[in-house]
Amino acid sequence: MIKVENLTKSFGQLEVLKGISYEIQEKEVVCVIGPSGSGKSTFLRCINLLEEITDGAIYIEGVKVNDPKTDINLIRTEVGMVFQQFNLFPHMTVLENITMAPMQIRKLSKNDAEKLALELLDKVGLKEKAYNYPEQLSGGQQQRVAIARALAMKPKVMLFDEPTSALDPEMVKEVLDVMKQLAFEGMTMVVVTHEMGFAREVADRVVFMDGGYIVEQDKPESIFDAPKNERTKAFLGKVL
Amino acid sequence: MDIFDLRWDIIWNYRELFLRGLWVTIVLTICGYIGGIILGVLLGLGETSKKKWIYWPSKIYVDLFRGTPMLVQILIIHLAFIPAVFGQSFGFMVSGITALILNSAAYNAEIIRAGIQSIDKGQMEAARSLGLTHNQAMRKIILPQAFRRMIPPLGNEFIALLKDSSLVTVIAASDILYAAKVVAGAYQRFWEPYLVAAFMYLVLTYLVTKLIAYVEKRFSNSYNPRRKQKGGLGI
Repeated sequence: MIKVENLTKSFGQLEVLKGISYEIQEKEVVCVIGPSGSGKSTFLRCINLLEEITDGAIYIEGVKVNDPKTDINLIRTEVGMVFQQFNLFPHMTVLENITMAPMQIRKLSKNDAEKLALELLDKVGLKEKAYNYPEQLSGGQQQRVAIARALAMKPKVMLFDEPTSALDPEMVKEVLDVMKQLAFEGMTMVVVTHEMGFAREVADRVVFMDGGYIVEQDKPESIFDAPKNERTKAFLGKVL
Repeated sequence: MDIFDLRWDIIWNYRELFLRGLWVTIVLTICGYIGGIILGVLLGLGETSKKKWIYWPSKIYVDLFRGTPMLVQILIIHLAFIPAVFGQSFGFMVSGITALILNSAAYNAEIIRAGIQSIDKGQMEAARSLGLTHNQAMRKIILPQAFRRMIPPLGNEFIALLKDSSLVTVIAASDILYAAKVVAGAYQRFWEPYLVAAFMYLVLTYLVTKLIAYVEKRFSNSYNPRRKQKGGLGI
């Protein structure tokens, strides 16, 4: 479903991604782990072109993302994204945060959009917060709203960029639970995370990145219980 | 001349001149401000543009008009620019308003640019990741938030412009200060006319301050949750 071919990305002189090739199947949950600065967030952000690609190619359902002829806005409607810092729109209520894009882009009526938003809020357990503003919510609640906002576009893939890294520890679980539920429903997901427990339990495959390369990728059991590469072993030795 | 021997009757005799001056000052300031906002928005957006042919003209314009005194700008526009382009002068009102618009636009542009750039980058990314175009994201997400932050500095600019409008007396525009100068020249008395002029400006700036405070309260708090919830959203 997502095919990455020899992807490189440089910020000026600094080469962050040094040639990444990978393929993600439909309904697959892929967790990307690795030390900070390894390029895992940049990799994720390249998939929906939040970062310009220096070289290589990314295909989503056969469409080349970094082709100048491709309508990137159209691609992005199919690719939901959840950010570390939530990035909810502070001047809108929770409900408006979720209905904005479906109304603007999918041209849903206000009624239909709100019905959809309330369903999604119910799913993430926040129906009663529909008319609150983001600043009135806890971090975990904000992140769950952000997930609902992305789901409202009915994306085919969801990208998560360290979704629990900015959360207080007691709020991590509520967000991971929502993500687990999504995974069980068959959503295709790419998750950059430091939550090794989540990766082990939910991921179909785990990708270990270091220094701009994919160093090792395999089923979670293999990565966590029998890592082959020295760098993977060293990293897991520190975090587990 | 004893400064406690003030002759307010002189002012009263010239009340029509002062009232006309008041009117001229108000018209100059309001026209200059509104025009300055419109042009300032365009320039401010230009300054945030990634397209070089939009960015550089905007940037150079702002630097030119912020880097030169308004007094000089007024003289150039009235005595050189307008006669050269149109072959005649259209009077102090046209020249004065033009100068105020062009000058305040440069300051407003900076306020608008700073307001837009003060919004967290994540807001634009979140909007774009949902599939919004750059323009949609600007309109729905960035500008509504930036606008709230722009209100206080744009208010300051209004007050500054009101006071700077007195510079148009240099092209014999009959504003408040001009009225005071006429009276001062006619009677060789300086306390009364200039105090009255100062007082008139003070009243005007006071009224503007009140207006700004109202606007600020009305808009800056519009994501004050408590107030909006009462608006009957039904929960």
